[in-house]
Amino acid sequence: MIRFIVRRLIAMVGVVLVLSLLLFFWLRSLPGGPVSAILGERATASRRAALEAALGLDQPVYVQYLKFLERAAQGNFGVSTQVLPGTDALDIFWMRLPATLELSFFALVLATSLGIPLGYFAARRRGSVLDNTSIVMSLIGVAVPVFFTAFMLKYFFAVQWNLLPVSGRQDPGLDATRITGFFVLDGIMTREWDAAGNALLHLVLPSLALATIPFAVIFRITRASVLDVLDEDYVRTAEAKGLTARTIRGRHVLRNAMLPVTTIIGLQVGGLLAGAVLTETVFAFGGIGQALYEAFKDKDYAVLQVLIMAAAVIYVLVNLLVDISYAIIDPRVRTR
Amino acid sequence: MRARAAVPFTFGAAGAPEMFDPLYATDGETFRVTRQMFEGLLDIKPGSAEVVPGLATEWTSNEDGTVWDFTLRDDVKFHDGTDFNAEAVCANFERMFDQNEAGQVAAEYWGYVMGGFANDPESSLYGGCEATDEFTAQVTITRATSGFPTMLTLSSLAMQSPTAMEKGDANGIAAEGEGFSFPEYAQNPVGTGPYTFGEYDEANATITLEAFDDYYGDAPESSELVFKVIPDESTRRQELEAGSIDGYDLPNPVDWQGLEDGGNQVEVRPAFNIFYLGLNPEANPVLKDLKVRQALYHALDREQIVQSQLPEGAEVATQFMPSTVSGYNSSLEPYPYDPEKAKSLLQEAGAEGMTLTFAFPTDVTRPYMPDPQKLYDALRTNLEDVGVKVEVVSASWNGGYLDNVTAGKYDAYLLGWTGDYNAAFNFIGTFFGNLKENDFGTEVMPWGEQLAQDLQAADAIVDDAERAAAFETINQQIMEEYLPGLPISHSPPALVVGPEVEGLIPSPLTAEEFSTVSVGGQ
Amino acid sequence: MTDQPGTDSPAPPPRRQSYGDRRKQRLDELAAASVDETPGVSLLVSAWRRLRRNPVFLLGAGITTTFVVLAVISPWLAPWDPAANPLIDKVRPQSNPVPGPEAGHPLGADNRGRDLLSRLLIGSQQTLLVGVMATLFGLAGGVALGTLAGALGGWVDSVVMRIVDVMLSIPSLLLAFSIAALFARPNQWTLIVAIATIQVPIFARMLRGSMLAQRVSDHVLAARALGVKPGAIVFRHMLPNALGPVIVQTTLVLAVAIIDAAALSFLGLGNPDDRQPEWGQMLGNSQQFINSYPHLAIYPAACIIVVALGFTLMGESLREALDPKSRR
Repeated sequence: MIRFIVRRLIAMVGVVLVLSLLLFFWLRSLPGGPVSAILGERATASRRAALEAALGLDQPVYVQYLKFLERAAQGNFGVSTQVLPGTDALDIFWMRLPATLELSFFALVLATSLGIPLGYFAARRRGSVLDNTSIVMSLIGVAVPVFFTAFMLKYFFAVQWNLLPVSGRQDPGLDATRITGFFVLDGIMTREWDAAGNALLHLVLPSLALATIPFAVIFRITRASVLDVLDEDYVRTAEAKGLTARTIRGRHVLRNAMLPVTTIIGLQVGGLLAGAVLTETVFAFGGIGQALYEAFKDKDYAVLQVLIMAAAVIYVLVNLLVDISYAIIDPRVRTR
Repeated sequence: MRARAAVPFTFGAAGAPEMFDPLYATDGETFRVTRQMFEGLLDIKPGSAEVVPGLATEWTSNEDGTVWDFTLRDDVKFHDGTDFNAEAVCANFERMFDQNEAGQVAAEYWGYVMGGFANDPESSLYGGCEATDEFTAQVTITRATSGFPTMLTLSSLAMQSPTAMEKGDANGIAAEGEGFSFPEYAQNPVGTGPYTFGEYDEANATITLEAFDDYYGDAPESSELVFKVIPDESTRRQELEAGSIDGYDLPNPVDWQGLEDGGNQVEVRPAFNIFYLGLNPEANPVLKDLKVRQALYHALDREQIVQSQLPEGAEVATQFMPSTVSGYNSSLEPYPYDPEKAKSLLQEAGAEGMTLTFAFPTDVTRPYMPDPQKLYDALRTNLEDVGVKVEVVSASWNGGYLDNVTAGKYDAYLLGWTGDYNAAFNFIGTFFGNLKENDFGTEVMPWGEQLAQDLQAADAIVDDAERAAAFETINQQIMEEYLPGLPISHSPPALVVGPEVEGLIPSPLTAEEFSTVSVGGQ
Repeated sequence: MTDQPGTDSPAPPPRRQSYGDRRKQRLDELAAASVDETPGVSLLVSAWRRLRRNPVFLLGAGITTTFVVLAVISPWLAPWDPAANPLIDKVRPQSNPVPGPEAGHPLGADNRGRDLLSRLLIGSQQTLLVGVMATLFGLAGGVALGTLAGALGGWVDSVVMRIVDVMLSIPSLLLAFSIAALFARPNQWTLIVAIATIQVPIFARMLRGSMLAQRVSDHVLAARALGVKPGAIVFRHMLPNALGPVIVQTTLVLAVAIIDAAALSFLGLGNPDDRQPEWGQMLGNSQQFINSYPHLAIYPAACIIVVALGFTLMGESLREALDPKSRR
């Protein structure tokens, strides 16, 4: 197990290195750059050149890359030019990460707590009205562009009916204490219940919007997986043995059907980040997704590099965790 | 002292401020915050572009306009208790002048108006500063210019506490990787204004400023100012309607009606900008012919564009500056919309069916250009109607558009300018005053050099009336003889505040001061 | 950007493979699943029999057919030229930015005074074009890479798959975004290329997986034993059989492509020339009206949703019908 994890981690370092190289050259080949973003209408060729020289952008890209590697080895990934100018890009990542994690966590909780039971019941009544409606509903979730779902949710719940906050993570007037950066958790830890509640309310709409796609996926995988398991020999054996339906469901069907579902939940992480770019933008939810979008628009190289690379690392790590959790859930994997 | 409103004034900002040292700031979102904390020697009269006394009550110059005496207020203290006096003023000038390599690039506005720094005194407009007595500061400049002392109204050149700057190593800016890392001071700014810096909650994207108790002027109406960063425009509107913010800048003209119907107050500022269609004869030699440029101008139905695409109060431009600037030539008439004339002019020039690479920016709205794509579409239709073949090009504002404009890659493009301060040279001087580097490619035109020289000469005239007359003549020449680009319109940018807000005075320079604003009608 | 709905097949019991990133493995398994039984005529016939009675499939197929027919005949249906602006004189930025319905313009006009109904109708053409072309390009790229890797194996396989892995590890939206931003003069082809590129690694991995499975299948071994040339084996025996799961994926990608086009337009990277309307672009451009005139966003959004749903329903039921496991 340890060897397996170590090997995976080494492979990860390789992927990240290659990615950093590609990313570096690719970002710098995009039109525009931080210089335009900073100078705006006042740009002239000589002011542009002066700024490029000051920022080291006038050197050949490979020289820039080597310098970047040298700094990165010392834990310095460059400073932001636009998102939060002057701030270390890695700090921005750590500052923005809790927001995205919080959002993704609630979205995943929503998606799982709806998707798994619904998928289970749909599978047990295959072909029924419940089954077909759930399928179509889940597919509608996939067919609606995420930002449109977000817009509609916001339009009705926040603007028309005024039930929930429009955007942001917390009302500014609360003067909440920050400890971890997870606003809900902070509120609970400091017993500032109003702050926690307020943050929770801000989370409802964005996480609903973000949950649509993972919900659809989790629902369908659960359904398919339960269908598979119901047909497996050991379930038939269990039935033949005369075990109660309840025992069969709990011990055999659900447990075994959960395996692929676990994988899928892990896989959703990549998709969640992509969805977060759109959701966070619509709800002005200050997380990684919004930072990515802003950094891209303003060509904030350092922030883009750190965020994309971090996304790749998280993606790989989550998959590693999923593999480990497999070993824990499925005894067959353990013995092999 | 009046009782202050207990309710903070919360403003929806479109972006996060860069940091809080105005010297290194470049964008409106940062200046909006620093303006509440800092003051300059000169101020702008609320609601106008007129220069009025700020921290200096009077200023006089010698005959050449090169030595200026500023008489200062004697009742001012910085937020940290440091006294404001002539020494503090000179410390500020010297600090701005004496920038390291990174600082010279980062202190953009200083570089822009003063031309140089301590390591290159030759090209610097700033010559020196001396405290002749406790409350008189004498500033020397190396040549007369219409921009001085008006430029001291710029937020970037505001007065900061010398003690705090020293303590926070204000000049310790460094280039690091592709960005600048700012010194500690930039996060702990200390000025003389009605508000002091409270806190920047980065995780929640809000900035809080608090009223300064020892402020020498009228105490601010709201005890607290909150800036909440909401990048998306339609979200800002929704937040205003939900009551979680009290106002935001540049509401979409489309929403003005709806906002007012909802009881909000849309404050339209007088237009202090110019929107133009830039032409570059370097990129397309056909444009070297004045007849072609005139033909393109006659082809544009600017009246219709102003009416159907721009907010109420927008005007068709007759020259490259708005009417409030001295030097504006009121005798100029707009080029009439006349497609037939356009066609015949093109024919005379032998340019029928010419191709024009005409670009517009995406991902951006500017005060002078609320919706580039729609404006572009209208202009393009006009051009195609007279037989011009338009090659449609677009790029995102930061993603290549500005690069390509300065690099002269487009034959025609949309751009504009909002005045920094009230001086003709800030408009036409920026456009055509620099022969080698301008977006209109005037270098390849026979009159390009003459125009640049005339502009520099007019700028150096000390007498106001004489200078205005010189600029008026130049404006006429630009429009009738040169026509380097096609000025389209001036649009009034708006600002919206909620129904409960009182005391906001919209500024044409978009330089509102929030100290007079209260929420809840106290 | 949406996750690939097509890649979520029921995963067989997991095997612990050392480097196996789960997403890759899943794609491989999906690809391999169809190799268990080579689709023969009987399979297709039985699949069709089941599809004919499947209401979900019929709904999807109905929507898809209507959409395609509409796209073809829309020039004759649309009452106005989508680029003409007959109502421009009624447009006033404050009082009437978006002219409402009136005689001859049942849905009113957009903010440039262009007939909205005509734009929606003609918009189906560009939408179909973007969807189909993006899918085809993605398919072509994926098939080329996948065939290369699957047929040659060895270091070619390693190199190609490393590239594919790196592509998969970048959030797809960002990848598309950057590709679109690379073009100096964006137009609808930029959009097509950007969306196609993010499909390439997915197709490539699927195809490689099923090619690898084919390599050891009986009929390929037999062909090899008979001395058939390697090229012929790849193109006559392996590729045709490996394409099965890929074709199903194609239907699903069509839906994703249309949605992604909308997302890119929303983020400001769509086709800047709006003379030729496209639904995603119409939706993206309506952002500023979402508060005051939501119908400008809702009409194109509804069209996108219905069409994407049509393709997805069809693709999902096709896959279920062709999946040997569901035939019990």
